[in-house]
Amino acid sequence: MSTPSAAGTSRWRALTQHHLFWPVAVLVALLLINVPFTPDFFAIKMTDGHLYGSLVSIVLFGSPLILVAVGMTLVIATGGIDLSVGAVVAITGALTCSYISDQADQNALAGVFLAMGIGLVAAVLCGLWNGFLVARMGIQPIIATLIIMVAGRGVAQLITDGQIITINSEPYKLIGGGYWLTLPFSIFVVAAVVAVTVALTRKTALGLLVESVGGNAEASRLVGIRSRRIKIMVYMFCALCAGIAGLMISSNTSAADGNNAGLWIELDAILAVVIGGTSLLGGRFSIGGTVIGALVIQTLTTTIYTIGVPTQTNLVFKAAVVIVVCLLQSPKFRAKVFGAKGRGKPAAPAEPATPADAAPKMEVSR
Amino acid sequence: MSATTKTPTAPEGRTASGPSAVTRLLGDRRLPVLVTAALFLAMYVTGLSRYQNYGFADSQVFLNLFIDNGYLLVAAVGATFVIMSGGIDLSVGSLIGFTTMFTAWLVERQGLPLIVVVPLALGVGAFGGFLMGYVIHNFEIQPFIVTLAGLFLFRGLCLVISKESISISDSTVSSLAQTRVPLGLGDLSIGALVALAVLALAFYVLHYTRFGRRVYAIGGNEQSALLMGLPLGGTKIAVYTVSGFCSALAGLLFMLYIQSGDPLHAVGMELDAIAAVVIGGTLLTGGSGYVIGTLFGVLVLGLIKSIIQFEGTLSSWWTKIATGVLLCAFILIQRTMTARKQT
Repeated sequence: MSTPSAAGTSRWRALTQHHLFWPVAVLVALLLINVPFTPDFFAIKMTDGHLYGSLVSIVLFGSPLILVAVGMTLVIATGGIDLSVGAVVAITGALTCSYISDQADQNALAGVFLAMGIGLVAAVLCGLWNGFLVARMGIQPIIATLIIMVAGRGVAQLITDGQIITINSEPYKLIGGGYWLTLPFSIFVVAAVVAVTVALTRKTALGLLVESVGGNAEASRLVGIRSRRIKIMVYMFCALCAGIAGLMISSNTSAADGNNAGLWIELDAILAVVIGGTSLLGGRFSIGGTVIGALVIQTLTTTIYTIGVPTQTNLVFKAAVVIVVCLLQSPKFRAKVFGAKGRGKPAAPAEPATPADAAPKMEVSR
Repeated sequence: MSATTKTPTAPEGRTASGPSAVTRLLGDRRLPVLVTAALFLAMYVTGLSRYQNYGFADSQVFLNLFIDNGYLLVAAVGATFVIMSGGIDLSVGSLIGFTTMFTAWLVERQGLPLIVVVPLALGVGAFGGFLMGYVIHNFEIQPFIVTLAGLFLFRGLCLVISKESISISDSTVSSLAQTRVPLGLGDLSIGALVALAVLALAFYVLHYTRFGRRVYAIGGNEQSALLMGLPLGGTKIAVYTVSGFCSALAGLLFMLYIQSGDPLHAVGMELDAIAAVVIGGTLLTGGSGYVIGTLFGVLVLGLIKSIIQFEGTLSSWWTKIATGVLLCAFILIQRTMTARKQT
């Protein structure tokens, strides 16, 4: 791709081969596209003690997606996939809101916490069920999670009795629509979840175990990793993340809509994970990449709004992004397009002197 | 039953030397279809006994299952081909929605005659399927993610055509939609007849042609199929083309059934189609199943809807829950069967 010249290029190459380079580049490019259309795009104003601005709202509206995508990353890292997150979002929101709406005093802190607890426990149970089907019964993840994807929205509508439950609870409003220390509170929630996930997966061996299970579950089991338990845990974690996202979404709108809450969020989350450079085949993951991937999607949506492209083309753009990202990740495509030499062995693209340690991440997936 | 089966022979580990009748039955690949057929029958009989006085026994109620679910049957037949080959197609619902929108737009806004629009819509659907199959095969990207992109794309194209629904007042469409073909016991709509014809054709293709055998072979074991010299790529691409064509045809039938185009038509119908295929006993890993099972799968789903209608007090979301529960049950049945076969 690049012309190999002097030693000065080596630093550039090291930079471009960092696994976060392309996601960040896409994000920056998307953000910059906005500037000609909205000159004060990067401006952040202080109003009523809150920070306002396009960047803040991108993170605010992207928060649920980031949460779901972080959970999804770990599931995908084990070679699985979780289609049920959208339904889990709906169930959690429905349970929490219907509990709060039954309270005499909707602003009572204890009631709100209990309601959130109920919602999250239900979410984790959904994850346990998914994990049980995948790890114990050996059902393909796509199919196992399809069950809750189909039935879950029915359950959510059952809980809300087919209505959209609206609530009026100040403490509950905080988690999705409130501000704290001048910033949207949901940013802190997301930051906490991401920090805990990164700490657990990168400071302990847990991340390695997850990758090992994703690389080869049977081999991992044989070397003594409890791969089934890890898989179940990962699905529970993913559902928990989806549950928190469900709280956020229902809190932001102060309503639970069993039919539309979190609709298609599973697809966006998978897309975020893929953009972030995690292979769908499992065995390797990048939480940072996923967060950036989710931001890319949210920025894309915001950009489409701000530059005046009709919003309905949003989905067409997303489809184009999916295709481009997947094609770029496909070793066969890269071999065909970028390197005529690498025909027989698609795993070795036509770049001559690639340092072994900096080999592009996608090749691991083969 | 459980007491007699499990104790004497090996629980899961090895194949018993002299398989008992129950093991043989469990290993029979026709079992899921039979279970679904029995389930359908049981549900129908329950319906008969419960709602006898409300006209459930009327044979037209049975025929209405075909009229009301003809489009789903066509979509599910397409999905059967894909799933039989070991793939999955998530773009079905979007493609159906897109077809309704596309035809409504061409007929109403552009004033094209239906006779031109229909082949055009079918061509677009088939071409969409072909493209997805091409990408899946040539670039070795998972079918799941490629058809996901298809889902986004076609739903997006729906919205690009128009954000509002377009109702169709074309006289040809309404006369086609109202035509009823009398049978001895009642009558069927054009859509239902087309669906049955598609089913018959798919039955023939899957079970009596070379192409059908290739689909089974690839679903059974792609590597072996390749080593046997089967044209892997051509078959795979053809399977997605068939699915795209069926989705477009289902879209036309849906358009006929509902007489409008709407960007939100058939959201999530790919799940109904996949559920129908699974409940019909086709293995999701591919290579085993019968298209006739898909018919029973669709009929079971349709019957759930009619029973909920007859029940009156139950709300529509019970359909989703019941579908999920059935899906779960049949996946578990399949799982126990494949576990026995593999070991």
